[in-house]
Amino acid sequence: MTYVPLTEAERASMLEALGIRSVDALFDVIPASVRYPEIDLGPALTEMDVTARVEALAAANTPATGVPFFLGAGAYRHFIPSAVGAIMGRSEFSTSYTPYQPEVSQGTLQATFEFQSLICALTGMDVSNASVYDGSTALAEAVLMALRVTGRERVVLSGAVHPHYREVLAAYLKPRSVELTTTDVRLAGAHLAEDDILARVDDRTACCVVSQPTFFGEIRDLAPVVEACKRTGALLIEVYNPTSLGILKSPGAWGADIAVAEGQPLGIPLSFGGPYVGLMSCRRDLVRQMPGRIAGATTDAAGRRGFVLTLQAREQHIRREKATSNICTSETLMALGVTTYLALLGPAGLRDVATASAQWARVAARALSAIPGVDVVTPPPFFHELAVRTPAPAAEVNRRLLDRGIIGGFDVRRSYPGLENVLLLCCTELTREEDVRRLANAMEEIVTEKTAAGAANRGLR
Amino acid sequence: MSDGSSVPADLRYTREHEWARSEGEEVVVGITDFAQHELGDVVYVELPSIGARVEANREFGVVESVKSASDLYSPVTGEVVGRNEALAEHPEWVNESPYDRGWMIRVRPADPKEMDALLDANGYRQLVGG
Amino acid sequence: MTEPLLQELSAPGRPTIPISGAPAGAPPLDIPAALLRSELPLPEVGEPEVVRHFTRLSRQNMSIDTTFYPLGSCTMKYNPKVNDAMATLPGMRNIHPLQPLETVQGALELVYELQEALARLTGFDEVSLVGAAGAQGELAGLLMIRAAHEAHGAHGRRRVLIPDSAHGTNPATAAMAGYEVVTLKSDSRGNVDLASLKSLVGEDTAALMITVPSTLGLFDEAMLEVSAIVHEAGAYVYGDGANLNALLGVARPRDLGIDVMHANLHKTFTTPHGGGGPGACGIGATAALAPYLPGPMVARRSDGRFTLDIERPHSIGRLLAFQGHFGMLVRAYTYLRMLGSPGLREVAEAAVLNANYLRQRLISAYQPAYDRWCMHEAVFAGTRSGAARTIDVAKRLLDFGFHPPTIYFPLIVPEALMIEPTETESRATLDAFADALLRIAEEAERDPELLRSAPHDTPVGRLDETTAARNPVLHW
Repeated sequence: MTYVPLTEAERASMLEALGIRSVDALFDVIPASVRYPEIDLGPALTEMDVTARVEALAAANTPATGVPFFLGAGAYRHFIPSAVGAIMGRSEFSTSYTPYQPEVSQGTLQATFEFQSLICALTGMDVSNASVYDGSTALAEAVLMALRVTGRERVVLSGAVHPHYREVLAAYLKPRSVELTTTDVRLAGAHLAEDDILARVDDRTACCVVSQPTFFGEIRDLAPVVEACKRTGALLIEVYNPTSLGILKSPGAWGADIAVAEGQPLGIPLSFGGPYVGLMSCRRDLVRQMPGRIAGATTDAAGRRGFVLTLQAREQHIRREKATSNICTSETLMALGVTTYLALLGPAGLRDVATASAQWARVAARALSAIPGVDVVTPPPFFHELAVRTPAPAAEVNRRLLDRGIIGGFDVRRSYPGLENVLLLCCTELTREEDVRRLANAMEEIVTEKTAAGAANRGLR
Repeated sequence: MSDGSSVPADLRYTREHEWARSEGEEVVVGITDFAQHELGDVVYVELPSIGARVEANREFGVVESVKSASDLYSPVTGEVVGRNEALAEHPEWVNESPYDRGWMIRVRPADPKEMDALLDANGYRQLVGG
Repeated sequence: MTEPLLQELSAPGRPTIPISGAPAGAPPLDIPAALLRSELPLPEVGEPEVVRHFTRLSRQNMSIDTTFYPLGSCTMKYNPKVNDAMATLPGMRNIHPLQPLETVQGALELVYELQEALARLTGFDEVSLVGAAGAQGELAGLLMIRAAHEAHGAHGRRRVLIPDSAHGTNPATAAMAGYEVVTLKSDSRGNVDLASLKSLVGEDTAALMITVPSTLGLFDEAMLEVSAIVHEAGAYVYGDGANLNALLGVARPRDLGIDVMHANLHKTFTTPHGGGGPGACGIGATAALAPYLPGPMVARRSDGRFTLDIERPHSIGRLLAFQGHFGMLVRAYTYLRMLGSPGLREVAEAAVLNANYLRQRLISAYQPAYDRWCMHEAVFAGTRSGAARTIDVAKRLLDFGFHPPTIYFPLIVPEALMIEPTETESRATLDAFADALLRIAEEAERDPELLRSAPHDTPVGRLDETTAARNPVLHW
């Protein structure tokens, strides 16, 4: 199925118009030694057959929506109102291109302007771009931006920022001689503790990066780090969770210079990791150093309001090797999804999602802390994620949870080798009483088995 | 806005379409009428800070229009002692008055004789085929 | 009719979607007031108004589903609806990237098969699907090349050669990868100027970045020699696969001497453009460079099960938080299974035939940039008469109900028009488009004001981009 509409008769008359016998003449320029290779991609399937094939593959996956589910760690299972998909599915939005001809792209451009406006309202920042790929690349671009703006070469990074984001940042910084210092996160007594990040911020620092909440769910007072940055002239980059901004103090209110996040929690399906949407916003005076598309309002000759891509001289198609970034295609359709989600929920809805998520996390915390040998190690207060320490390795706990039909949390040791037996759990407004009960019961059984096995190993009765 | 043909006789010029005017111990720099006409509507000018060092034939800033960005090249080597802050609010002055209100930086040159190496009005007119 | 902004549709207290998931009898949260926000200035609009608002906005867009959209190098071909249906199956849509591997075997198998299929198609040894867009694929490729040179102790290779016809992402990417850009001239036949290449390539060259076919819509007549010259200098050839549509089943990029390449899934492989994304790309590499591919990639274990191959010690690492744009991979997979082996060449041949047919129809009134058959796109240097600027031709095309081609790119063609019809257009559409362009060329001489005042029937006319850049208004 190639979707080629040409008939044989049309092909023949077109070849005649070109004065050639066969379409092969158009490919003569390709050296014979490499032309027309044998490529085995299997047979051409009909729509019927490919549907059966992909449905079979889909059936071999366990959707997050059908089971007790406690995974977060950068991608979140939230309720998505049906209208979001209905709007994103409109092919006038999905099958259009980047708005190079604004007169016939006002749908995309106005939606982009609204997206930017909503992100500013949510974050309290002055300006937002039209999106970048995801939260991790938003962080990488923000750090590159801070290096450009300050002309400095030192980056101070909290080890409590999402580990995958830190890996992406390292990859993007590889070509530069940047001094990157990352704080350590350890278990210190009852709770997780991080090195003093303030001590590392000095007048050679281009930026300090913190996460609010942290990867482990903790919400902190950012005033000291804001002050340290102001004092030294370093830029403060805050990695935030957009759902949490339904109730938490915003990056703008804290005084962040650049705010970045993963927008997936705001109406984007989990989709095995992508496509997602990177949110990026900054102080007004930094806007010319911010990468990505930006839509601006203007008028036409008749005085009608319209929207255009603006400040394009920052971008690769004009500035080429001196551009703020190489980014071209970003995540426009996903940004539309975020815009629709926020429009549908309004302030009350987002507040309720954030509150319910945080409340369920506390219900789970209480149920789990009641089990001997299980402790919540995220320092309070936390948002909707919490790290718990268990008597058994997290991988083993997850395996046993899965045996009982529960998808557990993130095995923290995968990214923090020193943090043994720590599991990162997440709750949202979709968590049920029954899910928490099953989790707690399962955990209690696992702990009892472990304790009994341990006792047997030690020769005690 | 003019048609890009104005080439004042009392100025010196670079091959990159900047002009330079001696004013006592300082040199005032901007872009020519030809340049502004080629660029179209100027939307933003990025200038160096006061105290920055500029070098002859090296970039000192950028002038942006809607669809393009062009590097600005310094005619002389020296220290930036003045910059036209008004251009932040009024980039259109570069188009409307490239030799007067649209000036860009003032430089204290290390070697005043560097001006002699620049094109004179006739030389520049020939360059742009006028 | 100007569509109001959400903010303008908002009214305090308007009912929005209720969220019913809170635990019963939950106490207030233990978060100190100093950490909380006091107000949340989001609009309150209500679902019926929200849906009407976005539905009306959508109708102000031209799109492939409504309009012929011949943007050169964008490959605006039909996006099959079965792709979207498959990507939104709950088993594909609702799986978390960090779920236990045994609960996502179907997803892993799909990604694995797509990695394999793209490898066969392009001739590369391995393909990674961790690329959010073409530009990110370019960055991956150059970071891989950088890592490879470093591994061989070749620390002095600081320059990347890029043809003057290249897309702006190429030099921007080279700069991001820490390289100095050296521009190669194109000759009068639209090929890389070999003399220019030979004089510029050397021990300080890390790579050549080349688009195949080029953005001029042409296949380089000395492609194999170009690759050979670069390899002999100890450098790699990076391939920009934006124009792969012309080569499907006709030639494999690996066979042309390319060492690493990205293939845009949102072009040749029919995933929807979304008004500016999401995109996705596959990055293919030879055996020499494959160890550096970004991850995680999918591997097959000896027991036949699929896993995320985390242990790749030479990989340049992660470029995204998770494992790629899976939703787009499902779509590309679905499309490739429907093409199969038989479909590949049919697509390329129809795409190239359509482009040359249009070129031939327009040649009387528009100046072809090069005097040879084109591949999947035809480039013109404006009207023959010079009576109208390309911008005015483009705006007048809107009145005829067509989206204009790419204009003013590539930079080396003055008044450029780059027309890529793709293979999914009927002859009738091509003829209607050609007729409109011929008519506009004629209008340019008879009544040029008609072009300069266009468009006339769109929701807005030409917009003041100068004021938008001088006094940016970036939010309500």
